[in-house]
Amino acid sequence: MIGPKHSTFKRILPQLLILAAALAINLVVFPDFFDIDFRNGRLFGNLIDVLNRAAPVAILCVGMTLVIATRGIDLSVGAVMAIAGATSAAVVVEGHGWVTALLAGLGAGALCGLWNGILVAVLKIQPIVATLVLMVAGRGVAQLITEGKILTFSNEGLIHLGAGVVAGVPTPILIWMALGALVIFVVRRTALGMLIEAIGINERSSRLAGINSRVLLVCVYLVSGLCAALAGVIVAADIKGADANNAGLWLELDAILAVVIGGNSLLGGRFSILASLIGALIIQSVNSVILLSGMPPEFNLVIKALLILAILVIQSPRISYLMYMLRASGPQPQPDTAPLPKTQKEEAQ
Amino acid sequence: MKLRQTLLAGAIAFAPVTAFAADLTIGFSQIGSESGWRAAETTVTKQEAKDRGITLKFADAQQKQENQIKAIRSFVAQGVDAILLAPVVATGWDEVLEEAQDADIPVVLLDRTVDAPDDLYLTAVTSDLVHEGSVAGQWLVDEMDGADCRIVELQGTTGSSPAIDRKTGFEQAIAGHDNLQIVRSQTGDFTRSKGKVVMESFLKAEGGENICALYAHNDDMAVGAIQAIKDAGLNPGDDIKIVAIDAVPDAHLAIANGDMNATIELTPNMAGPALDALEAFLADGTTPPKWIQTESKLFTAADDNQAIYEQKKDLGY
Repeated sequence: MIGPKHSTFKRILPQLLILAAALAINLVVFPDFFDIDFRNGRLFGNLIDVLNRAAPVAILCVGMTLVIATRGIDLSVGAVMAIAGATSAAVVVEGHGWVTALLAGLGAGALCGLWNGILVAVLKIQPIVATLVLMVAGRGVAQLITEGKILTFSNEGLIHLGAGVVAGVPTPILIWMALGALVIFVVRRTALGMLIEAIGINERSSRLAGINSRVLLVCVYLVSGLCAALAGVIVAADIKGADANNAGLWLELDAILAVVIGGNSLLGGRFSILASLIGALIIQSVNSVILLSGMPPEFNLVIKALLILAILVIQSPRISYLMYMLRASGPQPQPDTAPLPKTQKEEAQ
Repeated sequence: MKLRQTLLAGAIAFAPVTAFAADLTIGFSQIGSESGWRAAETTVTKQEAKDRGITLKFADAQQKQENQIKAIRSFVAQGVDAILLAPVVATGWDEVLEEAQDADIPVVLLDRTVDAPDDLYLTAVTSDLVHEGSVAGQWLVDEMDGADCRIVELQGTTGSSPAIDRKTGFEQAIAGHDNLQIVRSQTGDFTRSKGKVVMESFLKAEGGENICALYAHNDDMAVGAIQAIKDAGLNPGDDIKIVAIDAVPDAHLAIANGDMNATIELTPNMAGPALDALEAFLADGTTPPKWIQTESKLFTAADDNQAIYEQKKDLGY
């Protein structure tokens, strides 16, 4: 038991250190950053905001990590969020309950995922192109559902999913943590995770080895669609309305970024959902720095780009290797066995 | 029903809206329906034409300039009496406007202007974005009446002309009033969810009790911010005064509920003044001014917002 746990910790250590650094920058910009108090029946503080506002990207990156592990990519998640949010809103506006609305939203997401999966796994269209179809068309579908306006609703049950609290903790935080834990449990306590990695490393040999890669690929895109739908329902519930134009806009890029910051390769293969989730928290911490710094909005994207660039440069294999060499230059260097996470740990210290 | 209309409008480029006993036939090239306001403008334009017994030929360009140019050429070929154009972009109109001029068809620009010699069109009917901002600022000046006030500002999409002009207008109006001070200003991208997120950070960074007023460049961001203020245990409209721009139905509802204090209308009725000018011009050649500015009307709790909400909610916002 100690073995695997230790290696998991080693795997996510660089991400944890970067997260700590990002939170430290927040503290420098805004000294009361870690203050949390209880107000109006809910926990109130910047740290809670980071956890809460990371929810959409965190939920997206669970599905995205699996898709990327199969050497694919899902560009449609932002549009699927809009579709699912619009579907749920339309269903509650019709007078149905929130459970029906949630299921309808998830159903819409599952259909979108299935569509992507069939294009990729059955028709063998390259994932980036296959999912681009829905990325472009999906927002139009969502607009047809909302008839072009912001579809507002007042169903307390549905609103609770996005804006409510359970024991003082905002519901989205609980949802993304539970989802993350569930999916990690399923892929790591069964052979599923390994099979997904096998497809990503070499689909052909995995198929020859007896893996039903076609079905598995469809399922992976299906899961990504479901995750996107859940994120979409939460985002709509948060503002008590489905905004087909703006819900999830560009979030597919943040989700991919979270997976990359999580140290996962876009070339597929080994993956860590936990590291991607920390990646999502890192992105939200960076957003938090921008908001708290009080800089004019013209600088927003520049600051974000610089911070992300710094994170990626530190994580790049060449820099990691250099750091390793620097550290090892005293005693005996062993470049052949340079373990990536270890060097990053050293560097960040 | 509305869904079917949208689909029809998308499927057929030209869906003539027939009216009987029409003297005039006017072509209307609309950008598309990218926002609720745009949809309301289309509804109001059709209604205005119908009320005047004008036959309106409506063309939805789906956000593409080439579709608008095609529509104008087709209007010219059909020999309409006049053309209304809501241009999707500012440049590239000279050639097609010259074609309309050669055919002696006057063109009136709605809502936005173009970079073309102004003798190519009859007049432009637009709102004054700077003026909208200054009406908002002036409302706050009067409301505070000398009391100290720390203002937070939710800007529109960075670099967009409504964001720049509405900011400028507001700053002009509060200039010289040292009791009013903008302490935080950040973009909310004109959306509800960004408005909510950014307001959450304002409330923490400044402390909710230290913020006296919120100025949002559009109503959607204000509606999002209202939720953030409520979550922080404060009373929007009371603890924090809220003024925004656009006067969409949900803003009237928020004012009726006491959650918001004022909104400035960006009227969807650009066609009314445009058709007035056209009718006068076609009747006796009265040349209108090159720019007709629409009214930026201020709505506060003194108006019957519930009634206005009922009236506006079916316009397609």
